[in-house]
Amino acid sequence: MSFLQLQGIEKYFGEHRAIKGIDLQIEKGEFVVFVGPSGCGKSTLLRLIAGLEAIDGGKLSLEGRDITQLPSSKRDLAMVFQSYALYPHMSVFENMSFALKLAKAPLAVIKEKVERAAQILNLTPYLQRTPKELSGGQRQRVAIGRAIVRAPKVFLFDEPLSNLDAALRGQTRVEIAKLHRELGATTIYVTHDQVEAMTLADRVVVLRDGQIEQVGSPLELYDRPANQFVAQFIGTPQMNVSTLAQMPVTVRQQAPAGAVGGSIGLRPESVTLQPAGQGLVDGSVELVEALGAETLIYVSTPGGAQLVARQNTRSPLHAGDRVGVSIALEQAHWFDPQGRVVNARD
Amino acid sequence: MSRHSHVSPALVVRTLAAWAVTLLLFFPLGWLFLTAFKTELQAISVPPLFLFEPTLANFHEVQERSDYLLYAKNSVVTSVLSTLLGLAIAAPAAYSMAFFKSKHTKDILMWMLSTKMMPAVGALVPIYVLAQTSGLLDTQLALIIVFTLSNLPIMVWMLYSHFKDIPHEILEAARMDGATLWQELRLVLLPLGMGGLASTGLLCLVLSWNEAFWSLNLTAANGGTLATLIASYSSPEGLFWAKLSAASLMAIAPIVVFGWFSQKQLVQGLTFGAVK
Repeated sequence: MSFLQLQGIEKYFGEHRAIKGIDLQIEKGEFVVFVGPSGCGKSTLLRLIAGLEAIDGGKLSLEGRDITQLPSSKRDLAMVFQSYALYPHMSVFENMSFALKLAKAPLAVIKEKVERAAQILNLTPYLQRTPKELSGGQRQRVAIGRAIVRAPKVFLFDEPLSNLDAALRGQTRVEIAKLHRELGATTIYVTHDQVEAMTLADRVVVLRDGQIEQVGSPLELYDRPANQFVAQFIGTPQMNVSTLAQMPVTVRQQAPAGAVGGSIGLRPESVTLQPAGQGLVDGSVELVEALGAETLIYVSTPGGAQLVARQNTRSPLHAGDRVGVSIALEQAHWFDPQGRVVNARD
Repeated sequence: MSRHSHVSPALVVRTLAAWAVTLLLFFPLGWLFLTAFKTELQAISVPPLFLFEPTLANFHEVQERSDYLLYAKNSVVTSVLSTLLGLAIAAPAAYSMAFFKSKHTKDILMWMLSTKMMPAVGALVPIYVLAQTSGLLDTQLALIIVFTLSNLPIMVWMLYSHFKDIPHEILEAARMDGATLWQELRLVLLPLGMGGLASTGLLCLVLSWNEAFWSLNLTAANGGTLATLIASYSSPEGLFWAKLSAASLMAIAPIVVFGWFSQKQLVQGLTFGAVK
């Protein structure tokens, strides 16, 4: 039996069915990321696990014990909130020791645990300060510290990096990954940022509209998306998806039977550009984004397909240039008219 | 640059207007203060006297004629107890409305406020009869109950707007940290809501102290507050302005002093949530 088990979890807000029967098994020590667009229910699902919202159907069990109806305070989970939610009237030390104090741990133990956590998170000089005297990044670390001091069964992170600026976000992401490696704690992490999901997760759960679209390791999702939604949600820039009708006949002929009337998906790295006349089809350059290490070139074809090509070299192309477009068809993803993947390789 | 270049005509007009309004508001109090130290003859002299030899005779007489301390004690007891009782009822109500909002929270709040729109005299007869049949006429308890009930809507509203500004997640964090409901309230909500509780309490203390309608109608010589004391100088033997002023001054002095020291909290409490 797995460590944390969700069986048919349901949540209603009034008439609205926000979470539609989620089944998920999480193993001990695993780092699982819930990802999806705004309103997909990922934060709600986390709050259901935390016990901050009541579960309306299904069963939640931790280490084989049913905790569906247990209050948050008895679940032995720790949560890091998006807004940090530090206690403003307490010092950093008091913030981090609050849970242990409530659990009536001996003072010496509290002191030792808080000091160790502070050391891990570089917070030792700030222990006597109050949250308002700290920077955003430091507050974030205190929030994480408050969680790790308790050594809970599961860590829950609710978009913990979205209030940080870009540079700090990248840095904190690396720290969280490192922390997870050191502590080996079971972690559920909610984000709308697929880069965070890809870099942190052992397994990613892609949610849409209160349902799981796909569960898998980051590269599984990238290489073998189950449907067009996942294919386009994972990866930047987005996967190119064009209807087969927009594609030249040679492409249409290669399509597996199930994809008739559907569409083809191509990662930007599966599209390469040649001099005009040498590719599968000619197109015209709409926009060139030179990012330094890579260049993104937006091309439109006469059939109406809009494609982005990614290359690791600088490009002499300009908007309006004619180019030949080559497609690595063996890397193509085929979708049926409903957006489900059709496997060409079988 | 000379100092004069800073003084614009608009500033002069505004300053004069501000002084005029301030004097207008302060005049009755100032006049009350002066009259309290005059003799009865000086008090009604025309033209009014601004310079005179002050006397404390009125204060003596007020204390001789009626037991000031009894009324003062009643005022303290009724306003303090009604405030504490009110806070004990309003705080949980405001907590649940601020942190466990339902579809009808706004309606309930509006309904509470709407009860303040009914003139108090509309409820006079039933409340008088209730007090009479339960033997509470002319007791402190009657006033404590009525003050509490009439202040509750304002207390709930004020506390609600204070609590609403406390981020929800902080209480949730406490729950995740293993706090029981009681610990969550005592260790997190109470310290964070202290400002709101204090300013709400202060305002209700002042309102109860100054309340006259119910004191006059439900109490007399035993349970009466200072408002009743003042009223007793107004009619029966004609108007004795100097003594009336002395009694009024003695009645309002404690709460004015109290208000002076807590004005910061009071103003903060009244404007909290309004500008944010």
